[in-house]
Amino acid sequence: MANEKKISQKEENLQKTDKGAELTQDKPVYIPAADIYENDHDITLYADLPGVDDKHVNITLEDDVLTLIGHQNDEAPDGMELLYRGYRPGIYRRAFTLGVAIDREKIDAKITNGVLTLTLPKAEEAKPRKITVSAG
Amino acid sequence: MFWTINDRGYDPFGAVRNLQREMNRLFNDQEARGESFPAVNIWSNQDQIMVTAELPGVNPDAIDISVVQGQLTINGERKLDIPEGVNCHRQERSQGSFSRAFRLPFDVNNEKVTAQYRDGILYISLPRLEETKPKKITVKVK
Repeated sequence: MANEKKISQKEENLQKTDKGAELTQDKPVYIPAADIYENDHDITLYADLPGVDDKHVNITLEDDVLTLIGHQNDEAPDGMELLYRGYRPGIYRRAFTLGVAIDREKIDAKITNGVLTLTLPKAEEAKPRKITVSAG
Repeated sequence: MFWTINDRGYDPFGAVRNLQREMNRLFNDQEARGESFPAVNIWSNQDQIMVTAELPGVNPDAIDISVVQGQLTINGERKLDIPEGVNCHRQERSQGSFSRAFRLPFDVNNEKVTAQYRDGILYISLPRLEETKPKKITVKVK
């Protein structure tokens, strides 16, 4: 059931971003598992992208739609025959609607051991402001 | 061929999950990743076996690889750093211990098994035991 939910979410996102356009390459497209946390200052996103290095990951923020694309390394070991297949290298793709203004200049992204960490600092105007009420 | 040995023994829903995955693949062009963690591919030639496993964000020190009587076992634990004092919007990445075991198609030299961890993929190289390599026998003509 969780998968169905993820897929429908993904389809929804696709409609918003690229209207479900297909890729030209015949590769499987996966939805990476992601964790998203938010505090007063930023939104932090972690996504599992095994087999993707820093040169094969592409992140875009257009309006408030964040799109992640990662191409998995699909090199086969030299001169070896596949005996058992538990996964098929493909492309990770996922889009999120952020709904919060982001300070684009300060976005930080890194990928370590196949985990993408994306820090999206909130724009000043989106940060919560404490309004002190003075008793008159 | 290879049989996945599961901690919990017989898995009655495995077939259903596989079917669901296949259906997703057919209709959506988007796949949910395999249910067995980590997902593993096994390659071989005459001289060695190469096992690759998708293990994003795992501390290599927490991975334990052993070969006993022709069976390769990968054990380990994945721990996630969950920041404190935050609102959680989504938590889809899983953590905890994992274990997978595979029967190898030929005997390997346990002393020479090597493993490497790169970009969240574990590569295990298992060289074949010299004695079990196929020998070419030349036929002499008199």
